[in-house]
Amino acid sequence: MPELHSIATQVRRDIIRMVHDANSGHPGGSLGCADFLTALYFKVMKHDPAFNMDAHNEDIFILSNGHISPLFYSVLARSGYFDVKELATFRKINSRLQGHPATHEHLPGVRIATGSLGQGMSVAIGAALAKKLNGDPATVFSLHGDGELDEGQVWEAITFAAHHKVDNLISAVDWNGQQIDGPTDQVMHLRNIREKFNVFGWTTMEVDGNDINAVVATLEKAKSLKGQGKPIGIMMHTIMGKGVDFMENDHNWHGTAPNDEQFQKALAQLPETLGDY
Amino acid sequence: MLKEIKSTGSKDTRSGFGDGILEAARKNPNIVALTADLAGSLKLHPFIKEFPERFFQCGISEANMIGVGAGLTIGGKIPYTTTFANFSTGRVYDQIRQSVAYSGKNVKICASHAGLTLGEDGATHQMLEDIGMMKMLPGMTVIVPCDYTQTKAATKAIADYQGPVYLRFGRPSWPIFTREEDFKIGKAQFFSEGNDVSIFACGHMVWNAIQAGVQLQAKGISVEVINIHTVKPLDEAAVLASLKKTKCAVTVEEHNFIGGLGDSIAHCAAKNFPVPIEYVGTRDTFGESGTPMELLKKYGLDIPDIVSATEKVLNRKKNG
Repeated sequence: MPELHSIATQVRRDIIRMVHDANSGHPGGSLGCADFLTALYFKVMKHDPAFNMDAHNEDIFILSNGHISPLFYSVLARSGYFDVKELATFRKINSRLQGHPATHEHLPGVRIATGSLGQGMSVAIGAALAKKLNGDPATVFSLHGDGELDEGQVWEAITFAAHHKVDNLISAVDWNGQQIDGPTDQVMHLRNIREKFNVFGWTTMEVDGNDINAVVATLEKAKSLKGQGKPIGIMMHTIMGKGVDFMENDHNWHGTAPNDEQFQKALAQLPETLGDY
Repeated sequence: MLKEIKSTGSKDTRSGFGDGILEAARKNPNIVALTADLAGSLKLHPFIKEFPERFFQCGISEANMIGVGAGLTIGGKIPYTTTFANFSTGRVYDQIRQSVAYSGKNVKICASHAGLTLGEDGATHQMLEDIGMMKMLPGMTVIVPCDYTQTKAATKAIADYQGPVYLRFGRPSWPIFTREEDFKIGKAQFFSEGNDVSIFACGHMVWNAIQAGVQLQAKGISVEVINIHTVKPLDEAAVLASLKKTKCAVTVEEHNFIGGLGDSIAHCAAKNFPVPIEYVGTRDTFGESGTPMELLKKYGLDIPDIVSATEKVLNRKKNG
């Protein structure tokens, strides 16, 4: 298998190509979380691309911040869930690759529709409870935006997970400090997210989400903490737009497609490592 | 001919839910129950006592409850979420829309205390728009059983029915007059055959429709009383067969007359066989505090209201 770093580079390249081709989509968060999702699917999770919705004895990933769908689709395709050629249909009519992830078109790898924010952790908790009832030792992972934590439902879910000791759940927060209207500190100050998770009763960890080896180590550590009566939260410091210099740390790239000139400039920074779709 | 239908007793429909889920859970180990701090009101305690590991108390957080329910289906569980009708629908519409309906999840949304007959708690809790909201969602099945027995039958039947379901029932003690074996999802239930007018009703209002039918029959009017317990998918074949015979209809529901059962019947008629229709329902208004019977009378859902709506529609047909 190619090195994680080189997979993540191709995934970033896929993201830029998909968003440019569709002339819409969300490159910023997708690029920022590319290392996390690559680590998860190519190293940490036990999963089968011969997709089965119920995932018995398989790890599950729930993408709660569904707008980073280009990343999700690229990682699923590169993992073998569907042909990478299908990435060319992203956001186009009659595609299984909807603007936000959906089960409606039966795209392998997607287990719940997300996009309207704040709902994914509740779903991940439900999937984790089903695993417990089924005596299934596998893990449920989820990813959430930091801006998404503005939604009250997330805090209902965080409270529930601790109360019901959902200790087979590992939830990561993409703590990039940006949301659509600007820096999170200005839009809606979240204070110390990790401290909040702590007082709500979670075990928490912190990692540089763009250091892929550190992400793997943190996820493995998180897995070793399963079964101890607490859900596990990973606060992941990332750079929105990571890998394309002019997109980095700029909230204006949350949901904007690059023009042709920007597209070429971005691709020049992301060499083709696994072959383009 | 509408024979006088005797009630065999009186009980709240929510107890039918509580007894139904217990029986269903004994047969099907995948059934799990969730509540948002209303286990007692939804009569869940016998279930919780027998299957504590299959019960999830969510506290007063309905949005999370719907999402957890959706997640439990991943792994093959059949979650029944329980709270009052307003908290089951309006409060969590987007959660139901995205995580349940659009995602095609096998979640059973079980809603008690629907309609005016909730009574004294008043308009904040008297949900009169839920049938409309739920039937608008693609893929959602909407069931409004009429008495204790039918609520029990429906609660059991939805376990074996793949896909999202909205099951709506109520709070007050209400006459029991059906048999479990007569309930089938999607199949209209005829209480009489008649030639002059079709009366379509759902929920508590089926009993009132039957009583109105008895009075109308005494006046020489031949009435067909039909229980549309499954508002969606509508039993269009049964509705049209009746309309083609009677050529006019009255609809009766404990719901806003905009968007509920009446509109479903009118839509079916308009598409296929237009006839005069009168609606008995709340008239685009909120409710208020009062006893269930006082409220039904004040808001036009009492037996005499159905009788007068029927006389009106018969006149329209005659003069049409």
